[in-house]
Parts: sequence; structure tokens; C-alpha cells
Amino acid sequence: MTALAYHLQIVNLLAALLLLISFAMLSQRRVVGLVTLFAWQGAALALSTAIVAWSTGQHHLYYSAAMTLGLKVIAMPWYFYHLVKKLNVNRVVEPMINIPTTMLIGIVLVIFAFNLALPISEMSGTVTRSTLGIAMACVLLAFLMMITRTKAIPQVIGFLSMENGLFFAATSATYGMPLVVELGVALDVLVGVFVLGIFIFQIRETFDSLDLKHMEKLKEK
Amino acid sequence: MSHLASLDAHVLDLAWAGVLYWLGVGFSALLLQRRHGLLTRLIFPLGALGALFMAGIGVAGLLLPASSMVLPIGLPDLPFHLRLDALSAFFMVLLGGAAFGITVYACGYFRNMAAGPLALLALWYHLFLAGMVTVLLADDAYAFMVAWEVMALSSYFLVTTDHKIPEIRRAGFLYLLIAHIGAVSLLLTFGVLQGGHGDYTFNTMRLSEMTPFWSSAAFLLALFGFGAKAGLVPIHVWLPEAHPAAPSPVSALMSGVMLKTAIYGLLRVTFDLLKMQLGWWGTLALALGLVTALYGVIFAAVQSDMKRLLAWSSIENIGVIIAAFGLTLIFHTDGKGALAALTLTALLYHTLNHAFFKGLLFVGTGSVLHATGERRMGRLGGLIRTMPWTAWLTLIGALAIAGLPPLNGFVSEWLLLQAFLLTPGLTQPYLNMVIPVAAATVALAAALAAYVMVKFYGVIFLGQPRDPALQHAHEASWPERLGMLWLAGACILLGLFPTLVIQWLEPVVLMLTGQRLSGISNWLLLTPVSAERASYAPLIFLAGVTAVVALTYLWVRRVYHGRVRRSEPWDCGYPEQNTRMQDSAEGFGQPIRQIFEVFMRVERETPDPFDRHPHYRGDSRDKLWLLIYQPIADLTAWLSMQAARLQHGRIQWYLIYSFVTLIFLLVFTR
Repeated sequence: MTALAYHLQIVNLLAALLLLISFAMLSQRRVVGLVTLFAWQGAALALSTAIVAWSTGQHHLYYSAAMTLGLKVIAMPWYFYHLVKKLNVNRVVEPMINIPTTMLIGIVLVIFAFNLALPISEMSGTVTRSTLGIAMACVLLAFLMMITRTKAIPQVIGFLSMENGLFFAATSATYGMPLVVELGVALDVLVGVFVLGIFIFQIRETFDSLDLKHMEKLKEK
Repeated sequence: MSHLASLDAHVLDLAWAGVLYWLGVGFSALLLQRRHGLLTRLIFPLGALGALFMAGIGVAGLLLPASSMVLPIGLPDLPFHLRLDALSAFFMVLLGGAAFGITVYACGYFRNMAAGPLALLALWYHLFLAGMVTVLLADDAYAFMVAWEVMALSSYFLVTTDHKIPEIRRAGFLYLLIAHIGAVSLLLTFGVLQGGHGDYTFNTMRLSEMTPFWSSAAFLLALFGFGAKAGLVPIHVWLPEAHPAAPSPVSALMSGVMLKTAIYGLLRVTFDLLKMQLGWWGTLALALGLVTALYGVIFAAVQSDMKRLLAWSSIENIGVIIAAFGLTLIFHTDGKGALAALTLTALLYHTLNHAFFKGLLFVGTGSVLHATGERRMGRLGGLIRTMPWTAWLTLIGALAIAGLPPLNGFVSEWLLLQAFLLTPGLTQPYLNMVIPVAAATVALAAALAAYVMVKFYGVIFLGQPRDPALQHAHEASWPERLGMLWLAGACILLGLFPTLVIQWLEPVVLMLTGQRLSGISNWLLLTPVSAERASYAPLIFLAGVTAVVALTYLWVRRVYHGRVRRSEPWDCGYPEQNTRMQDSAEGFGQPIRQIFEVFMRVERETPDPFDRHPHYRGDSRDKLWLLIYQPIADLTAWLSMQAARLQHGRIQWYLIYSFVTLIFLLVFTR
């Protein structure tokens, strides 16, 4: 087995960091902490994308990395800090399932994701194919986070974190999606966050709380 | 011959021009949303002219050979094929003739409606007419289904004209639902008929070879699909709801004409598109028709709402027509061509008659409704004095539907019973034994229909008014009278000159059965089979009836009244005679309700003897609704409730659903 190139080792390290941050997000109880972790996740993603771009000469990945940096590391975390401050919701929130159990389920999901990614990464011809399992694990963990949280803002962050995982999967499997698609996705995410932000205000106005279990009342009897 | 053929092509062009004309009239009504006077004085008369024109095209189509054309409209590579042959032409005469009278009537009937809704109604009305004609002209499944849906949807909007009333919305929904179930069945029929060619023109269907199994499948699907439109038991439930809900001219059009498009479709598929027919189809249709006829007439007898009564009576007539259809099939497959021709003649004749007398009766109830604002027969009575025109013209319709000579209803029922009496010629012994029972059932239905009409006419027009307000009922307007005169005139003429009508039906009968009637008739004497067997001379009959009536009248006036003894009417303990002592609608139907109680669920509220304001309510509901439709509705509701359990309203659960689905798909599509 030949030693991996220096830059690929860095990519692998960043991938491991991504997974670690995903777990950290699962266990984080404070909303502000969650936003910070989300920003770090975005930063790791942007950096790894930039390295992949440099090592393979795929120029459009530079734009992707810049977009990730601009949107997910700067704009959105800033917006969330602003929201949290404005709505005054930075309290410890107990998730639906307690945190150790969530972590155990997360480990099962990671094993599942690696198992799943094995045949796909064998087909892929990219240098970064070994990180595909981590990317899928990030998607599933983010999904798990959305399920276990009952408040609105953590759910939105879970949704965005899932998008991060997908983005990473695209980069590692095929050096990213075509630039047009990525631009479209980025725009979708931006619009989605604003729509969700408006929703959050609305939910608060209607129920006087951001707890989503109040939305059960909307169900038709 | 070549000039005839070219003329023929023009006839079809003209028919299509008529359809476009109706569409134009309908859409121009939308432009006149604020001009109420123009809507009633211009749009509806123009529509009536179109109907007359269509009837003329139909007459021409019966005389000329069949012609077809291809219209470059519709989807790419899927043009509309049109064809005018004897069968379509006959139904066009029916449609044009009945629609003319009804539309003339509509000019007067809608005079009190607000201009906005009236403009919409005029649009749907003319779309409905155009859709029905296109159904008759269509020569491929695609054009047929498009026209069929136009007809169903426009009539749905006509039914729900008074959509602010919840019952009417419910009736409309039921109608729409069953119409669409029927349409799906028709779509499947055409799917079977094209036999894997992928070519949906009727010409290809005529040529395709099919096994008995697939032929039967096509026939059964067609019977269900067209039966749903015609009101065949047990898919009749929409009819007694939807027909009373619609405005009266629309009810007349639906009952008189639209139900007949289903008969047209059934004849078209069975005798024209299917290459072979099987005997058991006939037996099935005969049985279903008889059940429908009996069921319809029994429920007609117990109704107390006049339009609902007529709707049930339509079910009865459709039953008789379907029974005749079954008998035609039996004779046809048994090789008795002449008898099949006779039965088919009776069928077509009855179809034509029903369009006119049922149209007449429905518009008659419309005038009563306008004059009194009342549909319940328990509140009517004695209207012959305030509304003589309506009363006498409706009387003609009532006598015709009751099957009294010399009117038209008698001729067709007589012809049908003649056909039934000739069944001993059949080669299958079991049919020989069963069919006399069927003949008896038809006779019973006819007799009960007469009973129903006595009730209908007697309770509404005769006796004393049951409500003091009825004294001020106003007579129908002139357009209404003219429309009724046209329909009543058709009933009389169709009754008096049956030989001419039958000669004129001959191309249709020849086209479908390849046979003509064996009897030789002249203009005076109708002999369908042979002179020894049976013959009928309506003019002589009319002379006899007139003579007897005149003599009785003279005798009563001149001789009997001479020795009239005037005294107090017998008042066995009653201090006075009032209008509440007359036989009521419920009372008149009571014996029938007692005898046939097994078919219905009767709900009765009888008043307390000490009640100062006694209130009686009796309601006879269709038991089939409870037996078939209610369980289906309950099952659907239950399944929906089970599905609704998935809906917790908690966002986490919805996320878990997606998550589990994702994991599941990842595991199984690996």
C-alpha cells in the first residue's frame, strides 16, 4: 500500500473532522453552540473542497468552496446568531431521545453508511472516493438530529447540515455537481433559510413558543 | 349516385356546422351577461333553431347513405373522426325534436332568473346540446370520450345551477361520481374493443376479430358504463337525486335526451362495433331491464315529490328499453331476424316516445313549480282551474306515458308486447318458459306506470287546491305553452301515424339487424307481423274514442242533468268537507308501498293524537342504497380513517417516515 499524497491526507483528516462535528452537533444542547458547530462544519467543508480543487485542477470547485464559505460559514451563522438573540431562545433544550442513546444510534448509522458506500466508492474513479462513507454518514446523522430535536432552529440547522453532507458526497464521488446545479442548490438553501426564518417568527407568534409539538394542534380531528 | 354521395358529405359538414353553431351561441351568451332580455329573447331561441336544424339533418341522414369525415382537431396524430349513419341520424332526430320543444320552453321558463347566472346556464345548456350531438357523430373512441365528458360535465353544472342548496350540491356530486365511474368503464370498453391494434377508430374496431371471452368482456363493460348513464338498477341512485335538482328544462333534457345517448352507445357497441353477439348477453340485459322497470315504477308510485316521481318513472322507461334491447339480442342470436327487427323497432319507437312525453311532463312540472313554488304534491291540487293550458297539455303527456291509445306510448308498448308474445318461436326451451314471465313483468310495469300517472295527474291538477295560495297560481307564459304544444303535438302525431314512423325507422333496423319487418302495413293499419296475428288502426281508434266521449258528454249534459237532485253531500259526522279529505300523494301510493315494502326502507313519523298541529312524515328510501352504496361509502371512510392514523401532526414523526423510507430504499436498492 502506497502512502497517500500529502493533500489527500489532509482531505481525509477534514472528512474525519466533519464526522466528528456531526456527532458534536448531535450531542449539543445549546442553540448557540449548535450554530457555532454548524459554522465550523461549513469551514471544514469549504477547506476540503478547495484542496480537492487544487489537487485535481477542477476549477469550478473553487467557486463552490467560495460559496460554501460565504453562505454557510459567514452569512447563515450570522443570521442564526441574530435570530437566537432576537427570539431569546438560547436555553438548554432536552432532546426527545437522551443523548447517549442518540450517539449509539448515530454509531449504527455510521456503520450502515460505510457499508453502503463501499460498492459505490469502488466504482468511483476519484481520488477522494474513500470519504464517501463519511459523507453519507453526515447526511444520516443530520437527519437523525432533525428527528430528535423539537425546536424550530435546531431543525433548520439539521436540514442545512444534511445539505453539507450531500455536498461533500458530491465532491468526493464525482468532484462535485456541475456548477449550474450547485448554484441552484445554493440559491435554494438561501431561500429555504429565509422562508424557514419567517416561519419561525410565525410559529412563535401563533404558539408563543418555538416548540414544534404545539403544531400538533393544527391537525384536523 | 355520385351526386348523392357528395350531398351526403355535405350533410355531415352541416351537422358539424350545427355543433359549432351551438358552441357559438353558448359562448356568445357569456358576452351578454348583463343583457337579460337578450338572453331569453335571443340566445335560447337561437339554440332552439339549432335543435330544429339538427332534427332536419337527422331526417336527411336517415334517407342518405352513411358518410364520414376526419376533422383536423384534437391532439397531434389523433384527429376527430365523425360519421353519420342511420343510427346516429335517428338519435339526432330524437335529440333535435325534443330539444327544440324544451328550448322554446326554456325561453319562457328562465325569464325570472338573474342575468349573470342565466348567461352561465345558457353556456352550459348549449355545450350540453353540442356534446350530445358530438357523442352521436363520433366515429372514434377518442372523440366519443371527449364528447361524452363534455356532456357529463356540462350537465353537472346544469344540475348544480342552484348550488347554494346543500342537497343540490350533494346530488351533483353523486351524479359526477357515478358518471365518472361509468366513463372509466367505457374507456375500458374501448380499450378491449381495439384489440391490441392501438387504433381507436370505430372502423378498426368493426373489423377486428375477437374471441367470445373478450367480446363478452367488452359487452359487460359497455353495459355497466352506459347503464350508469341510463340509470340501470343498481347504478341508478344518482338519477332520482340529480333530475329533481336541476331546473325543469334541464331535467327534461337529461331525462328525455341524455339518457338516450346511453341507449345509443349500447346499440352502437353491441350491434355495430362488436362482430358477434352472444345469446346470454340478451338474457342478462332482459333480466336487468325488467328489474329496473319494476323497481323504477314501484318507487315512482310511492314518491310525493313530483319531479322525483318523474325521475323514477324515467328509470322505469329505461328498464323497458333495456329489456327490449335484451329481447332483440335474444332473437338476433337465435336467428330470428324478423322478430329481432320487430323488437328493435319497438325499442327505438319507445326511446323516441319517451323523449317527448317525459320532456313534456318535466316541463309541465316546471310550470307548476314556477306558478306555485312547490314541488311536494301534498301542497298542490286543483291546478286545472288556474292553469288550464299546462294542465291539458300535461294530460296528453300523462296519457301517453300511461300507454293509452291513441297516443304514442301505446304503440311502442304494444309492439314490444307483440314481440314478447312471439317468443314461442325460440329454439331454446328454457327461454321459452321464462319469457312469458318477462312479458307479464312488462305488462305489470306498464299497468303500474298508468297508476303512477293517475296519481301524478290527479294529485297535482284535479280535486281541490290543498293550499289557499294555489288560487293565485298563474298560467305558464307563451314560450312555455308553445314548447309544451310542440312536445304534446309530437306525442299525438307519433301515436296517430305509427306506420309512417316505422317506415322511417326502417334504415336503422336494417342497419343493425340486417332485417326488416315482415308485416305489410298501410297508412291506416299497423300490422307488424301479419294481419291474422294483430293489427292496430290508431285513426279508427281515435274516431271511436272521440265518438264515445262526445256521446257520453251529450248524454250527461242533455239527459242525465235533466233529473239532477241537489242535496247536501253525505257528511257522515263531518261538519264540513275540506281539501284535506282528498286522497293525498302518500295515501294514493300506500297500497303499492304495502305490497312492495321489501324493496324499501320506510321511515314514518305519525303524530300524537293530542297534538294540536299534527304533523305526518313518511319517507320511503331506496334499500339498494343501504345494501350496496352505504357499505362502500363506510368502507372508504374506514380506510381513510386508518390512513389518517399516520397523520400525527408531529413533525418528528413525518421526519421518521422519510428517514425509515430512505434507509429502506438504501438497503434494498443497493
